[in-house]
Amino acid sequence: MSKEKEQNQETAISRRSFLKGVGTGAVAASVAPTVFIDAETAAAAQTGEEINRAKIKLNINAQTYEVEVEPRMTLLSVLRDGFDTSGNRLDLTGAKPICERGECGGCTVQVDGKAVYACMMLALDAQGKQITTVEGLANGDNLHPVQEAFIQHDALMCGFCTPGFVVAAKSFLDQNPSPSHEEIKEGLAGNICRCGTYPFIFEAVKTASRKLL
Amino acid sequence: MASWGEAKDSRLIGKRVSRLSGTDKVTGKAKYTFDINRPGMLYGYILRSPVAHATITGIDLSEAEALPGVKAAIPLIEPGKRVRFEGQEIAAVAAITPDIAEDAVRLIQFDYDELDYVVDVESAKEEGAPQIRDDWKSNQSEPRVDERGDIEAGFAEAAVEVEATYHAPVQTHVCLETHGHVAEWDQDNLTVWASTQAVFGTRQNLARHFELPENQVRVITEHMGGGFGSKFGPGVEGVTAAKLARKAGAPVKLMLTRKDEHLVAGNRPSMTQQVRAGATQDGRFIAYDMSGYGTGGIGSGAGFTGPYVYHVPNHRTKKSAVAINAGSARAMRAPGHPQGAFAMDSLMDELAERLNLDPLEFRRLNSDSDARRNRIRQAEYTLGAQEIGWHRRNRVPGSGTGVKKRGIGMGCGLWGGGGGAGTQARVTIHASGAVEAVTGTQDIGTGIRTVIAMIVAEELGLRPQDITVKIGDTEPGLASRGSGGSQTIGSVAPVIKTAAMAAKRKLFGHIAPLVEADPGDLRAAGDKIYAQSDLRLSIPWKEATGYLGMETISEGGEWDENLRIGDVAGVQFAEVEIDTETGLVQVIKIVAVQDCGLVVNRLTTESQINGAVVMGLGYALLEERIMDDQTGKMINPNLEDYKVPGTMEIPEIVSIAYDTDRKITGIGEPPTIPTAGAIANAVYNAIGVRIRELPITPDKILNALG
Repeated sequence: MSKEKEQNQETAISRRSFLKGVGTGAVAASVAPTVFIDAETAAAAQTGEEINRAKIKLNINAQTYEVEVEPRMTLLSVLRDGFDTSGNRLDLTGAKPICERGECGGCTVQVDGKAVYACMMLALDAQGKQITTVEGLANGDNLHPVQEAFIQHDALMCGFCTPGFVVAAKSFLDQNPSPSHEEIKEGLAGNICRCGTYPFIFEAVKTASRKLL
Repeated sequence: MASWGEAKDSRLIGKRVSRLSGTDKVTGKAKYTFDINRPGMLYGYILRSPVAHATITGIDLSEAEALPGVKAAIPLIEPGKRVRFEGQEIAAVAAITPDIAEDAVRLIQFDYDELDYVVDVESAKEEGAPQIRDDWKSNQSEPRVDERGDIEAGFAEAAVEVEATYHAPVQTHVCLETHGHVAEWDQDNLTVWASTQAVFGTRQNLARHFELPENQVRVITEHMGGGFGSKFGPGVEGVTAAKLARKAGAPVKLMLTRKDEHLVAGNRPSMTQQVRAGATQDGRFIAYDMSGYGTGGIGSGAGFTGPYVYHVPNHRTKKSAVAINAGSARAMRAPGHPQGAFAMDSLMDELAERLNLDPLEFRRLNSDSDARRNRIRQAEYTLGAQEIGWHRRNRVPGSGTGVKKRGIGMGCGLWGGGGGAGTQARVTIHASGAVEAVTGTQDIGTGIRTVIAMIVAEELGLRPQDITVKIGDTEPGLASRGSGGSQTIGSVAPVIKTAAMAAKRKLFGHIAPLVEADPGDLRAAGDKIYAQSDLRLSIPWKEATGYLGMETISEGGEWDENLRIGDVAGVQFAEVEIDTETGLVQVIKIVAVQDCGLVVNRLTTESQINGAVVMGLGYALLEERIMDDQTGKMINPNLEDYKVPGTMEIPEIVSIAYDTDRKITGIGEPPTIPTAGAIANAVYNAIGVRIRELPITPDKILNALG
C-alpha cells in the first residue's frame, strides 16, 4: 500500500477529496453548489482511476451507520447500495430511484424534518443530520397514520412511488396539519404517480390529517 | 355449474377490500426487482447508440475491462451491423458499483459511420428518405384496406359531411420502475428477478435464448412498478443481465435508466388520419372514409381503431405504419383505442354540430354495433350525463363570457377483456387451517393478489387476510398468462374459484361424518363450517381442518367461460376550464362510467378507473415524445420535459364502477380510452374552436383563438 493511501485510510479522507471541509459543516448546505471538484479528481474520474473513499457516519432512522462512500455518491445510492464498514448492506430500498434527477419525488426522505429528494443530496452532505426513510416511519408494528390512511384509501397501485409519497405526505402534514384540498395538491406536487392514484392519495392525506390532529 | 351467486349472498365479492400488499408497500418492505440485492451482486450498464442511424465499425472493450471493479464486458452488436435509433444497445458492462459500471461504459471505444436518418413521419414517407426497414418500401407497411357497404351510396344519402385530419403523438409508457432484471446463475440454473407482466413468458423466452429446459429457469416478480403493456419479455436488457452474470460468475442487476426507458422500452404509436364522414338529416351516421397512419419507430403495429363504437353501415378505411429512426412501439394500455377514440369522438361532435343536434343525442341515435354493449352504453349515457350536469354545457360552443371559459364534452370506448383458458391454480388447505392459493400470474399493481384472496375467502368462509396468495413466481410451475389486454382477472379468477370450490368439497367430505350432516348440506362462513338445515351442527374452521391430520387438501381448478365476460362499454364526460389569456386547460371534473361486469373489489376497481382516467388526461393535454430533426434524438427523455400528470393536473374524478352482470371482467385498459376524446370535445365546447391534435397544449389553444 502506498504511503499516500495509508495516510488516507488513517484520516478516512482523500487528499483529492471532492469537498473542502467535509464533515466540519464548513460547506453551507443552503448554498448550491456545495461540491468543488479539483482538476486532479476530475481527471481521475475521467480516466476511471480509483477514486478514494471516505468513512462517514450517517444517522438514519435513529441508528448510526458508519459507511464508506465515494464523494460522488448520493444519499439515495448509499441508502440503497451502500455498505457499512463491517461490510453489511444498508439495504434501505424503500426510497426509489425513478428519475435520479429531482423530478419525481420517488426517493423522498426526511432530513432534519424536511422532505428532501435523496437523489439530489450527496451522502457527505447528510452527515450530522437526522435522516428518516420510509422504513423509519412506523413504530414497530404500529403504522404511522399516513401509512394507515394510504392502505385504507388504496392510495397506491403498483406502489413504486408510494414510499416517496408517504414520506412527502408525512412531511407536509408536519408543516401543515390541517390542509385544504388545494394545499394538499400543492404540497405533494413534487411527486409523480404513473398509476394515477392521486384522487385516493388526496383522500388518504385528509384522513391522516384528521387522525393526527 | 359454477357461478358467482347473487349480490345479496356475497360477503366479499363487490365490497371494498384493502389490498393485501398495502402494508409492505407503505413501509418500504415490498421488494421490487430494483430492490433485490444479492450477495456479491454486480451492477450492469448498457452502452447505447448516441446517434439515430449508423453502421458500427468497431467496438473495443479493453479499457473498460481494465477499470478496477469491472467484472465483465460484452458487445451487444456485431461490427458491420446498423443501429437504427438513438439508444440501441452497443455493449454492456458489469461492475461492483453502479458508478463504476457507468464509468466503464464511458471507456468503451466504438467507431461508427453515421447514416442519414429520419425521425419525422412526413419526411419518412418522402421519396429519397433513408430506408429504415428492409421489408418495407418507402418506410411504409402495406396498407390494410377494409371496405363495408357502399361508400359512395352512403355519401349520396348524407345530408351533412365533415372532413378533418386528427393527430395524436407518440406517448411513452413511463413505468416508474424502469425495465430491468437481476440475473443469477447456479451451474446451469438461471434465476431472474424481473420487472415483468409475464413471469412465464419471460421464463420461456430466456430458456429458449440460453437453450435450457424451462425448469432450469426461474422467474420471480413479487412486486413490480408499472408496465402498461411494455413489459412482456426479458428484452435485450434481460438477456444482457443473464449474459453478464454468466460471464462474471456473479449475480447482476441491470435496470434501465430513465432516459433508456423513454428511448427503448416501448411507446404508443402516433396516429394521423384524414377522414371524410357523412350523416343523414335524421341523424344517422351513414358514411365513413378514413385513411391514416402512425409510427411505431422501427417497429410495426402502429394500428388504431376506426370506425369505432358507433355503427356506420358504409365505410372504407386504409391504414398503414410508417417507420422512423426511433425506438420500437410496444403494446400500451388499450393499444390503438385511445387514438381511434379521440378521433372518432371528435368527429361525432363535428357531425352532430352540422346536424344541429346535441352530441349526446346524436350518439344515442347511432347505436353501438354490439347489442349488449349498446344496452349498457345507453344506460351509461344517462348516468354520466346526470353526474356531470350535461344540461350545463354551452348550447353555443365558446359562448361563455370572461377570461376563463368552461365547456363540457364526452367520449366513448369499448374493450374485449374477459380472459381465456390456460391458467393453472391450486388451492391448498392445511390441517392447521392455513389456506394457500398458488398460481403463476403476477400483480402489476392491479390488485389481483387481493382479488384471489377475496375469492378463496368468500368460498371458504374466511377473511382475505387468512389466505396466503403465492403468485409472481414460475417455481411452482403453475402457469398463467401474461397480464395484458385486461385479461388477468378473467383468466385467473374462474380457475381460482373452481379450485377453491373443489378444495371445499373435499373438506366437506371429510367433515360431514363428524358433524353427522350430509356433505351437500354443509356451508362455510364466518370461520365455521355448519349444516344449513340445522345450524346447531357447526364446527370452527380450524377444528374442522384439524381432522385432516397428516393429510393436505390441494385442488386445482378449471377455467369456466361462464364466470367471465368480455366486450365492455365505457362512457366518459369531462368539464374543462380554459384560461383564454394563457391557453392553459384545467380539467375540472371527469365522470367515468365503466361497464365492469361483476366488480370483485370495488376499492381497487375504482383505483383502476381513476388511474386510467389520469393517464388519458395526460394523453389529452400533456404527453408527447418530441424528436429533433436536427440530431435524430429525443428532446425530452426525462420526467421534467416529458410531462405526465402530477397532483396539480388532477380534477375531481367520479369513477363509477358500473355492475352490469354477475360475470367478471378486466378493466385495466377500457377506462383510459374515452378520456382524451371527452376532454377534446369539452375544450371545443368551451372555446368554440376545435383542436384536432393532441396534446392540447396552451400554444395550440392560443393559436386557435388567434
